Amino acid sequence: MSEHHNNDKHDSKHGYYTGDIHNQFVEEHHQSNSVSSIWKTFWILLVITLFEVGIAFTSIPHSILIVVFIVLTIVKAYYIVAYFMHLKHEKQALRYSIVLPFLLILYLIVMALAEGNYLNLVG
Amino acid sequence: MAVEATTEKPKNKAWGGGVSPYNVSWGKMYMWFFLVSDAFTFSSLIIAYGVMRHRFSDIWPLANDVFTHFPFIEGHIPLAYVGLMTFILIMSSVTMVLAVDAGHKRNNKAVANWMLLTIIGGFMFLGSQAWEWYHFIHGTEQGAYIMNDGTVARPSINATTHEIDLNTLLLPGGKTATGAEAAEIIATSEHFHGANMVKNEYGHPLFGDFFFFITGFHGFHVFSGVMINIIIFINVLNGVYIKRGHYEQVEKTGLYWHFVDLVWVFVFTFFYLV
Repeated sequence: MSEHHNNDKHDSKHGYYTGDIHNQFVEEHHQSNSVSSIWKTFWILLVITLFEVGIAFTSIPHSILIVVFIVLTIVKAYYIVAYFMHLKHEKQALRYSIVLPFLLILYLIVMALAEGNYLNLVG
Repeated sequence: MAVEATTEKPKNKAWGGGVSPYNVSWGKMYMWFFLVSDAFTFSSLIIAYGVMRHRFSDIWPLANDVFTHFPFIEGHIPLAYVGLMTFILIMSSVTMVLAVDAGHKRNNKAVANWMLLTIIGGFMFLGSQAWEWYHFIHGTEQGAYIMNDGTVARPSINATTHEIDLNTLLLPGGKTATGAEAAEIIATSEHFHGANMVKNEYGHPLFGDFFFFITGFHGFHVFSGVMINIIIFINVLNGVYIKRGHYEQVEKTGLYWHFVDLVWVFVFTFFYLV
């Protein structure tokens, strides 16, 4: 079975065979600057978290703070998923099939919070 | 081999069979879709918290008034401890991704070292959470008076003498009860410290329930993650992945570990910040 792979196009590509019953060929693309990008991501996450804790004690109105916190949370989530979980460097098809289902979560948030506000109004 | 390529090359190379259209191993793809489903579970829990918080928005306790302890330091220090927990978890995510990177470089010793640091970070986080739970369950010195209708009246703390002031009770929604009214509440309601599943001194009982369930469910994920990391660490020490020729198992475990970090980022925001 590996003969087929070996004289195929994988020859020139860097990678490995999974070694299980599927013995799938997996391409590896390794960047030389990966360690520095890991630490860059760490500093971004740390600074955002410190900033969040810091502005929580200012006199900025709570309604504005909530928006800032949620935006910064999504920024942090992006950096974790894109760089730590490496999703940014996966194929577009895989990226979309993982990220797009969360549109349903946005829909659920809108519906559910409207329901919560309604319950509050009727007591 | 289950899939044997035909001699005729299909037009659509990626989806024509014989190759992974996602260019990813089957195990890693399964891990990703497990994480998507797990993220839906956590989303549902946090959204349920949001619904009840909007439902009882006028009496919901503020996390800033609840989680105000820091080890070895007296006084009212909100957010600092949970910020430290966030730092610990982000840090252990960094060591995990460095282990994955060392795996790409086929450096077995470096993988083992970074995995060990990740495991230590996981245990530190679990210990921090145990400490947080202890203080939540144990409660404050002043406690609260839980009235018959379930609302809580908390004795205020004098700003200068730091003594408990039973003449001024803080009611939900920023109201206060003083003098005879306060004495009436104290005489007719139950004095209670801390929290359990049916009542807590901080406010609405659902606040305690969601705290236990969401942070508990997340903590259980962290615990499972640490256990899986330990198994992988032992495998690394035994040279399992040298024999196999690749460190994909470390990568898949890493995805799970980063996911645990990701969930914490959301719990931190929706439980502690907003």
